[in-house]
Amino acid sequence: MTAPTDDLKFEDAYVPEPEPGPEPLHRRLGLTDDEYRSVCRILGREPRPAELAMYSVMWSEHCSYKSSRPFLDRFPTEAPWVVVGPGENAGVIDLGDGWLAALRIESHNHPTFVEPFQGAATGIGGILRDVFTMGARPVALWDQIRFGPLDQPRNRYLFTGAVSGIAWYGNAVGVPTVGGEVAFEECYSGNPLVNVMCLGLMRSDELVLGTAGRPGTVAVLLGAATGRDGIGGASVLASASFDESSTTKRPSVQVGDPFEEKKLIEACLELYRRGLVVGIQDLGAAGLSCATSEPAARAGVGMEVHLEAVHVREPGMTAAELLMSESQERMMAFVDPDHVDQVLAVAERWEVDASVVGTVRAGGTLSVYEGDELVAEVPAASLSEDAPRYRRELGEPGWMEDLWSNTLGLVAPPDTSKTLLLLLDDPSIASAAWVYEQYDHMLFLNTVVGPGHDGTLLRVKGTTKGLAVSTDGNGRLCYLDPRRGAARLVYEAALNVALCGARPRAVVDNLNFGNPEKPEVMWQFRETVEGIAEACEALGVPVVGGNVSFYNETDGQDIYPTPVVGMLGLADPMPTSPPRLDRAADGMDLWLFGPEWAINLAGSAFEQVAFGHVGGRPVAPDPTLAAAAIDAAVTLAADGLAPVLHDISDGGLAVAVAEICIASDIGVSLRVSDWRHLYAEDPHRFLAAAAPEDAERIAEVAADAGIPARRIGRFEGIDIVFELPGAVASVDVETAARTYREAIPRRVG
Amino acid sequence: MTRIGVVTFPGSNCEHDTVHTLGLAGADAELVWHRDTDLAGLDGVVLPGGFAHGDYLRPGAIARFSPVMGEVARLADEGRPVLGICNGFQILCEAGLLPGAHIANRDLAFICRPVEVEVVDTGSVLTRAAEPGRRLRIPLNSYEGAWVDPTGEGRVVLRYTDDPNGSQDQAAAVANQEGNVVGVMPHPERASEPILGSDDGLVLLRGFVEACREVKV
Repeated sequence: MTAPTDDLKFEDAYVPEPEPGPEPLHRRLGLTDDEYRSVCRILGREPRPAELAMYSVMWSEHCSYKSSRPFLDRFPTEAPWVVVGPGENAGVIDLGDGWLAALRIESHNHPTFVEPFQGAATGIGGILRDVFTMGARPVALWDQIRFGPLDQPRNRYLFTGAVSGIAWYGNAVGVPTVGGEVAFEECYSGNPLVNVMCLGLMRSDELVLGTAGRPGTVAVLLGAATGRDGIGGASVLASASFDESSTTKRPSVQVGDPFEEKKLIEACLELYRRGLVVGIQDLGAAGLSCATSEPAARAGVGMEVHLEAVHVREPGMTAAELLMSESQERMMAFVDPDHVDQVLAVAERWEVDASVVGTVRAGGTLSVYEGDELVAEVPAASLSEDAPRYRRELGEPGWMEDLWSNTLGLVAPPDTSKTLLLLLDDPSIASAAWVYEQYDHMLFLNTVVGPGHDGTLLRVKGTTKGLAVSTDGNGRLCYLDPRRGAARLVYEAALNVALCGARPRAVVDNLNFGNPEKPEVMWQFRETVEGIAEACEALGVPVVGGNVSFYNETDGQDIYPTPVVGMLGLADPMPTSPPRLDRAADGMDLWLFGPEWAINLAGSAFEQVAFGHVGGRPVAPDPTLAAAAIDAAVTLAADGLAPVLHDISDGGLAVAVAEICIASDIGVSLRVSDWRHLYAEDPHRFLAAAAPEDAERIAEVAADAGIPARRIGRFEGIDIVFELPGAVASVDVETAARTYREAIPRRVG
Repeated sequence: MTRIGVVTFPGSNCEHDTVHTLGLAGADAELVWHRDTDLAGLDGVVLPGGFAHGDYLRPGAIARFSPVMGEVARLADEGRPVLGICNGFQILCEAGLLPGAHIANRDLAFICRPVEVEVVDTGSVLTRAAEPGRRLRIPLNSYEGAWVDPTGEGRVVLRYTDDPNGSQDQAAAVANQEGNVVGVMPHPERASEPILGSDDGLVLLRGFVEACREVKV
């Protein structure tokens, strides 16, 4: 056995049979005893402290997907337009005419709970690097954020802090935040969810991969100096459950610098344009450990790394700290030796620090030196490929039958006007303008349909193409039935991009779950993966990437299973006059597309908001109807037949129609045959507003697509008027608008 | 062709949008790096939006020391058109090329949304082509967006109609006394194509390009 270096100052590096007393180092770093033994087997000896540090971050749940990987193989990942599927830093699809889009989604849940401003901010930095690592310029961000109810001060602090952090970083780094979701549920009180998705664009010859290249290639570390921030973020923070002491984990949260990232983006894009890099890898979770071992493993080579060459923020950092640090805004470029000078010159021009830190070697060994001293020597591939795989125990929760039979069983309808206002005042349904107006959502002049709509529509300048994106999550629905709920999210996101005139092309998903060591959580996970996979298969849309976030539990309480689905759609040509919510006008017809008979209220916002009820079994999706709804929506949007298209989701028909009236500042009169139609959230349904003279053509579109459609009302006046059997209810648009717009601002003060 | 330089500082982010839109307004626009010290041959200069030098210390406080600023001041002194948009407006104030300074928005929150401005003075290179009294819808995108001017020397050329940020005199755009140096807080380049929701900003940028062409001689 090689004598361990003393760079971690811990005497108790390995305690084979733990005794009472201080926790052994590997456990403090988040490795189990079994995992520690695996490390010893791989190395044929006990690990040095720096090596132990590397394995602890690389084998963390966050980096290794050790609990989820066996399930993720279930996703369909292939389609003719997929250029890069899951496994790289971002998925890449071909848009035609030499354009590629890169897409990636990530979570920053735990850091946000510990320190909301920096936690949310650095989530943006990380997702941007995942995208420009591929060669693409990041052009848009979407944030999906979920918190506990705003009547609790701590939730207000977390929510406003995260929004400020996203605004601070996203605006300054110069990438617009063009959409996302804001939702509030009690289950997120102890564990907020902050997910972020990024879209990048590039020409097809600009694609770069995370490979270290051939022996002799030089590793150049670009960007911020390495410091002690974020030590062990992946293992200590992201892969463990929380309790009351969690704010003491604040030193594990990284601190962001959007200006550094902005310079890094521009420098890297210039390196790609000039063909100066062989491969590149961002430094995120697991820092240098990951950015050396993964590219080496992908290229089947080894590497020699010199830690003393790393530019650092402070003196005296140990080898383990340098290898684990998650300091932000860093990239590792792999450069042909002849190009090193040019790479350093590009870095100098953009005022980005750069150091030559390593050389690629034949064989598969990653050797790390600090001066002359060898501090780590491990098979590079063992850090990623030999990570443990866990077949966690699965078990259907005992509570599912009870949940499904626990229906609200409402016999008489509640007051319609009051209920509508109650729903519009719910922060999960209400206008999110307070959030997105703090984000630059217009930069790059691509935002044709921006936040506040079902999907975002971005133009691709210099082409006829439009990209539509929607991100959708619904924890309550997935709690009641993870498989149906997850599948419905895929269909909802697909319909939302279709409502912008685009055909669904690719999915990324962010799977936010509780503690995977609980069989019930793993069952929820498996069911969710099945639901997403089934829906993607039915639609013929590949999953090109994703992220899994486990351990979203605090004090033993798991969150609702909360998958977030990001859908990218392509419209070519982009509609010249795409549907918007604010284009309804006096005299237009209101159309309902989709099944007439929607009365199941299980999982609806109506039951939750009006009665505090969560129970019953949500309706299953219908793949045939889903395809028909998408066809009809794409045709209506492309032809400009319907100035307004809007999906029916949270809050049902009543909220959907009110949202059109509020955006367009016009009233409506509509008839429904059963009060439950107003609140049911059955999938594959949407509304359209259109001129009466186009009625025949619209009916034809519906018939051709194979989806029922009928006129249920007309836009007129200044009131939203519901005609129900034996009753008429109305709310004036001004009151509805004020309620809808003030719901979040009035709660955050 | 009218050549306009769009100055890029580390941290600028609207430079490509500005080049794109000046092109729509009839100019031949090109990027100029903040370390360049020779702007000979340019008919006018635009300092675009963004976060020059990270807005560290305060917006524009470091950018005013960038090497290019000597040339920008020289062009301004020669009477050539100089326009600062958003962060560029902040930089022009810090550099002393425009009076006043910027403080945080009244509500202490970043504001990104279209606002309405009224043309109140057409004696500037930005507003010369616009009708007096015309109302334009142009997106605002700033945190330190409120202009204050204890000297009273600034010429307010565009005024907000609904006071979104607490700017003195509801000023949305301010010129020097000669009218050849202008700072505007909302982004005209974001309102120059109907597909993006408004082309009200084009009248401003066309006027600016015309001014550059005329000064060329």
